[in-house]
Amino acid sequence: MRYIPLSPQDKEKALATIGASSVDQLFADIPEAARMNHPLQIPGPLPEMDLMDWFETAAEKNTHAGPRKTFIGAGAYVHHVPVAVDHLISRTEFFTCYTPYQPEVSQGTLAAIYEFQTYTAALLGMEVANASMYDGPSALAEAVIMACRVTGRDKVVMPDLVHPHWRQVVQTYTQHLGIDIILAPMASDGVCDPEKLAAAMDQRTAAVVVQSPNFFGHVEDMAAINKAREESGALLIGAVAEPMALGLLQGPGASGADICVAEGRSFGGSLGFGGPALGMFAVQNSLARKMPGRLVGKTKDTKGQDGYTLTLSTREQHIRREKATSNICSNQALMATAAAIHISLLGQNGLRETALANLAASHYLAEKMTAIPGVKMAFDQPFFNEFAVTLPMDAQRILGDLASAGYLAGPNLGRWYPEMNNTILLCATEVHSKKNIDALVAMIAKGTV
Amino acid sequence: MDFPKDLKYSKEHEWVRLGDDGVAVIGITAFAQDELGDIVFVETPKVGQNLKAGQTFGVAESVKTVSDLYSPVSGEVVEVNTNLLDSPELVNESPFGDGWMIKIKMDDPAELGSLLSSQDYQKLTQKG
Amino acid sequence: MSSQSQQGLNFTEDEIFGRGSPGRGGYTPPESGLPAIDPQSALPIGALRKDLAGFPNLTEPEVTRHYTRMSQWNFAVDLNFYPLGSCTMKYNPRINEAVARISGFSTLHPLAPDNQAQGTLEVIYNLERWLCAISGMDAATLQPAAGAHGEFTGLLMIRAALTARGNPRKKVLLPDSAHGTNPASTVYCGYEAVTLPSGPDGRIDMAQLDRLMDDQTAALMVTNPNTLGIFETDILEVSKLVHDRGGFLYCDGANLNAFLGKARFGDMGVDVAHINLHKTFSTPHGGGGPGAGPVVVKQELEPYLPFPLVEQTGGGDYRLEYDRPMSVGRVHGFFGNTGVLLRAAAYTLSMGPEGLAQVAEAAVINANYIRARLEGHYHIPYPGHCMHELVITDKIQNEYGVTTLDIAKALIDRGFHPPTIYFPSIARGAMMIEPTETESLETLDQFCDAMIEIAGEARANPESLKAAPVCTVRARLDEATAARRPQLRCSMCG
Repeated sequence: MRYIPLSPQDKEKALATIGASSVDQLFADIPEAARMNHPLQIPGPLPEMDLMDWFETAAEKNTHAGPRKTFIGAGAYVHHVPVAVDHLISRTEFFTCYTPYQPEVSQGTLAAIYEFQTYTAALLGMEVANASMYDGPSALAEAVIMACRVTGRDKVVMPDLVHPHWRQVVQTYTQHLGIDIILAPMASDGVCDPEKLAAAMDQRTAAVVVQSPNFFGHVEDMAAINKAREESGALLIGAVAEPMALGLLQGPGASGADICVAEGRSFGGSLGFGGPALGMFAVQNSLARKMPGRLVGKTKDTKGQDGYTLTLSTREQHIRREKATSNICSNQALMATAAAIHISLLGQNGLRETALANLAASHYLAEKMTAIPGVKMAFDQPFFNEFAVTLPMDAQRILGDLASAGYLAGPNLGRWYPEMNNTILLCATEVHSKKNIDALVAMIAKGTV
Repeated sequence: MDFPKDLKYSKEHEWVRLGDDGVAVIGITAFAQDELGDIVFVETPKVGQNLKAGQTFGVAESVKTVSDLYSPVSGEVVEVNTNLLDSPELVNESPFGDGWMIKIKMDDPAELGSLLSSQDYQKLTQKG
Repeated sequence: MSSQSQQGLNFTEDEIFGRGSPGRGGYTPPESGLPAIDPQSALPIGALRKDLAGFPNLTEPEVTRHYTRMSQWNFAVDLNFYPLGSCTMKYNPRINEAVARISGFSTLHPLAPDNQAQGTLEVIYNLERWLCAISGMDAATLQPAAGAHGEFTGLLMIRAALTARGNPRKKVLLPDSAHGTNPASTVYCGYEAVTLPSGPDGRIDMAQLDRLMDDQTAALMVTNPNTLGIFETDILEVSKLVHDRGGFLYCDGANLNAFLGKARFGDMGVDVAHINLHKTFSTPHGGGGPGAGPVVVKQELEPYLPFPLVEQTGGGDYRLEYDRPMSVGRVHGFFGNTGVLLRAAAYTLSMGPEGLAQVAEAAVINANYIRARLEGHYHIPYPGHCMHELVITDKIQNEYGVTTLDIAKALIDRGFHPPTIYFPSIARGAMMIEPTETESLETLDQFCDAMIEIAGEARANPESLKAAPVCTVRARLDEATAARRPQLRCSMCG
């Protein structure tokens, strides 16, 4: 077996050294009734070529449109990740190592994560960020739990403009913690109403969550919402599903958010049917010792050289156990490394240029869509690369026809908002050419005739 | 290892120095800080909080461990050593002096009677 | 130039922030042919950021050098032996990487219609069935993104099942040797974590279990083999007792490498378990993730699985079922770490039933070989054979003032990654050594030779070990200052 060096000869030598007459002796502790007496009922083994055939055959059954004809965002945005990123995270020293428990031999990973923490904090407008969480939704759930813990309160206001899947994950995480998630219906306005949010908050409100750009793609007025929560003393949690927007927009921290979370897939990740993802989590300094997740800190070694190490570990499960800030251990470290590399390649100009290209593509698409008779922007709100349009006919059918024709668009908001059944989301980024946008629009226009 | 004779001690390795004004100064012992190693953070209660003897008043963290801090006496917290925020190492350097943690206005000075003398506390540390 | 050769092929490398100069960039966006949109007219002016201060301006070759040099500062499995106990640092097959990168998989949007995602759905569906066959369980979810995530999911399902029976109960029992994620996951489900003291042989003490397992205890969470590398021989009695008292048995599957193909959770009375794909199923550790912690359950718990589930229709197609009224909810934004699942599926198919059975045999032989060679040189707290990992301590070396930490750092100088140190805490000064099956006897001999040499140094020249490591790019780091005055980001940036 090509991954197991122990040959029959080696086995004999080893057993002799161990002083066991057979391998079975080493498994004697397993009670008879629990031992398997038949081979595992699984297929294989397949040698490499046959293995690739198997998976390539499976992959061919994915008949979806390619990225340049995928106009869906909704929490997973299509971007081109520079090819160098994958090559660099494929350096064996980055991907076949584990958590940097021994800092002297893990400076590469530690330095990369320190960069990720810095970029994350800078983009979100916060003072400190952690080494990553599983994804944006679970990061938001942990932010909600943290807010309740630090304030000692038990209510959280969450507008229905936060991504439905993120809200579901928050519900799952908080269901047995005595936390009351109050859904604030704002969908009919397309953006949060600061006064309505203020009215939903009181002295028991630990936090209010605002996603910007929100699920419909609209930029929220974070400054106004920040003011609206002041009286109640609730914390402001800012959530970002599309951090590419932060190439142009300030992060929620700039408007006063206490905790920020984001889904970092747009940097360094691939669509990959949603995973692996990348959770980003950031707070202001005053809350640093209360935040979940790993943290890399800079320090000096015994020779006085700058170096990095995991730090503030007493917050974590391996020390604090049931009193830890979270149960998280492994996170998404390699994806965080990929994000840092991607952002480094983009740099100051590239990040801004890419964001501008997103703005151009989505606004062109919006202009063309609204030129189709009967098609209207669902709302008149500022947007980055995603927006909602109302169609004059059956959106589900049109989306189905588009998919069959090799273009993915949507989703249909009726899936989560029953009163918005023929309103769909559309997303256009730097990967979408004028040609493909025009073709998409033409097909939809045909569908309306 | 220092075991100042003018102090009272608890089994949980805290010391108490009672002033004439009925205010008790509390910290952890030289033995405790030695066991914990380099102290990196001390979590203290808020001024005004009321504590009962035996109740936890905070946490002392070293790099790899966390220790609950137990109040040896009952009373209201009247002062907290804010220097420990920037310089938690004071607990290591001067556990009985500048590394003090909280000051409590004692409800009942007689509680000191049930604490350990320097000699008894020293015996305790030699056992484990 | 701030980055330079330190000595031959050992490079220093500064942080990337603020480096380069305007006009340099590492990426060119595609030509769109679209009119530019002025952000000041499309977006609220007050929401626009002024700049990206401190972000670099570097070209691709400069960025490539930066990260390549940094990577050289890391130890990795591909370099040498990496015996972190309970982490299962086995070789990461490269074919898995090729499979995960097939573009039909990597370009699929998570909200693509089911009928266009049949390939990925097929892989997920099959991996669930294979994991069930391997673990002797009936149903699975692949959503959890890590072991701790799986623990939380499994405990949620236990709570849901108990609630359906009429009483969720209040407590969960955990051996004192349990991994820290176990109690942390427990409180996330609203349960109190109660410690079950281990017996003198390091195993679950049946008398203690009898005393503590009551009608307010929802579950016992075991790890088997436990974190001392010892198989819980009484597991059938344990599960019977737990079930008789109306509770569930959860198994932390971190140590599954010890009995793949030899035994199954389901035959041990386990009701729910998680499996760490980045441990047992060879997916790369990545410096700390992404992993995956799928949860396998007995039929009674199937209704509570997170939604959506992949189902097979009559016609053999696959679809995502969202209508799962008793589900505990969604634990991930989409379907879990799909790329990791692909790698694990590739590994399973690569190995097949015979291959996986050989894994456990070789893993256990390797660990016992190390045990035999180190006996006498290091204190081994628990007698008898171990399974796939063993625990030794620094008791003998303490006599010379040498600690587990010193031994670990000394190993680094000899070219090995240290074992897991100071865990589990019930063995003072523990070193948990897990070789895995992908190591040759030659490598194990080199490691044991180094360990024996260090034991000799501890006697003859203990001071020499205190300075270790001396051969690394950085010496011991000041962790106290890092925690006292945390510097968690570069301030120049943003």
